Amino acid sequence: MTIYDLTLAELRDRLDRRELSAAEVTGAYLERIAATNPQLNSFITVCAETATVEAEAADRAIAAGETAPLTGLPIAVKDIFNTAGLRTTCGSRILGNYISPYDATAIGRIKAQKAVILGKLNMDEFAMGSSNENSAFGAVRNPWELSRVPGGSSGGSAACVAARQAAAALGTDTGGSIRQPAAYCSVVGLKPTYGRVSRYGVVAYASSLDQVGPLARDVRDCALMLQAVAGYDPADSTSVDTAAPDYQAGLTGNIKGLRIGLPREYFIDGLDDDVRRAVEQATATYRDLGAEIVEVSLPHTAYAVACYYLIATAEASSNLARYDGVRYGLRAEQAENLIDMYMQSRAAGFGTEVKRRIMLGTYALSSGYYDAYYLKAQKVRTLIRQDFLDAFEKVDVLLTPVAPTPAFALGEKVNDPLQMYLSDIYTIPVNLAGTCAMSLPCGFSADSLPIGLQLIGKPFDEAAILSAAYAFEQATEWHKRQPEI
Amino acid sequence: MKITRAEVEHVSRLSRLALSEAELDSLTGEMDAILDYVEQLNSLDTEGIVPTAHAVPMENAFRADEVKPGFTPEQALGNAPDTAESAFRVRRVIE
Repeated sequence: MTIYDLTLAELRDRLDRRELSAAEVTGAYLERIAATNPQLNSFITVCAETATVEAEAADRAIAAGETAPLTGLPIAVKDIFNTAGLRTTCGSRILGNYISPYDATAIGRIKAQKAVILGKLNMDEFAMGSSNENSAFGAVRNPWELSRVPGGSSGGSAACVAARQAAAALGTDTGGSIRQPAAYCSVVGLKPTYGRVSRYGVVAYASSLDQVGPLARDVRDCALMLQAVAGYDPADSTSVDTAAPDYQAGLTGNIKGLRIGLPREYFIDGLDDDVRRAVEQATATYRDLGAEIVEVSLPHTAYAVACYYLIATAEASSNLARYDGVRYGLRAEQAENLIDMYMQSRAAGFGTEVKRRIMLGTYALSSGYYDAYYLKAQKVRTLIRQDFLDAFEKVDVLLTPVAPTPAFALGEKVNDPLQMYLSDIYTIPVNLAGTCAMSLPCGFSADSLPIGLQLIGKPFDEAAILSAAYAFEQATEWHKRQPEI
Repeated sequence: MKITRAEVEHVSRLSRLALSEAELDSLTGEMDAILDYVEQLNSLDTEGIVPTAHAVPMENAFRADEVKPGFTPEQALGNAPDTAESAFRVRRVIE
């Protein structure tokens, strides 16, 4: 077994027993990245120098007996997190040369444990996309099948973990951007409850929906990563002051009596046969493990995508107003006056999908349309959230597909924004409701593409979905399969 | 038509985006299709429903009014396209 095949938990064990050093682990990963990144393009920036220095510091800490759970472990992060002294592009030309003056709180927390940050991962520009094809730094390829997309917007994060270019990664999820790529690449991804993880220092897309979360190779590693970043942060007034439980301690494998709900609106026309079969098999596995399976209804599911594309774009149009070529970012030099400078800089700096969403959001917020679009969507959001709260009166966890199909082909949906948006139909409602959910491997299609299972939990009950996911993982082998790269 | 090309052009000015003629053309069709799709929300009766601006119920978050270290002028200006002394420099706003 090579170093980069080891999980976080296995690496921790070997580092603690001095069978490996953090410097050796980091070196092995940097070689792995150099060998595989030309094919995958999952990294925008590889931080070889700083990673080497961080690994030496981790080895000194381990020698001194000052070891935290992530000390010396090789992590990569989506290029949406501010990382002091490193470039943070958010997948955009407009931030192509931006050097962060500070660390995001999530980054500060893993650095405080002396984790090693290997690099910054590719993503759809400003986290807007479902295929990673909207990156100004080129598309990422799916390590299972290079002609397919890895999903998005955390496509680089999912591809990197699947291809063992890092032991785990951090991503963000606004409408499915952790879970959908995790499903397409056969890794474990978790979107925590809104407020569970600080958003401070994370480049904003849609502030009422954005949430930070981990992507990992198995459920235990996912729990370890969530533990590191979860918790209240005074710098993010929307983070919630609720203590995070010990997530690893909750991984017992015993889920007898767990009530699992199947929302009937999620098993509809348009759901791929292979995906349906894999999710049905997963349901049978849960029944065998002693869970009670109950059919439930989330009646407003069909409205979620429409609701999301008004709320998310409205928030985006407001958030992205800050890119004006004055304080940081690209500035167009040919402009005649100040307003023209704003307009030229933004036109040159933003890609097609970002412009489309700014336009749609500005329209939805503009005078005369606010009530008809934005306010209407916020009211529908209330109904969608209430659907989940009602369902959670009857069950502990919901079980659904992550995406209606396995990974689609590069180029297949780039010219049809609405079709692209609909690939997030099963993940978007969770962000609108603000609750937590995860994606875990549950099978493969007839043409050998990964399929993901979604577990949705009650607000702030990440422990329940992690526990349910762990029991499934113990009973199956899907998470052990690796792409041939 | 949900939206005309003239409205798209107006929204591009509100958005501070200098769009090409080709972009305005394609956006008119795309925005029209998306607005047609979101029209389905109008089939829901939302009379008396309180809008959700935030998924987690919370009150205003207050903090103590304390002086804490912030960016140095060098850090704040470090990514600026153009600076003068300790300021961001832009074209003359008022002639």
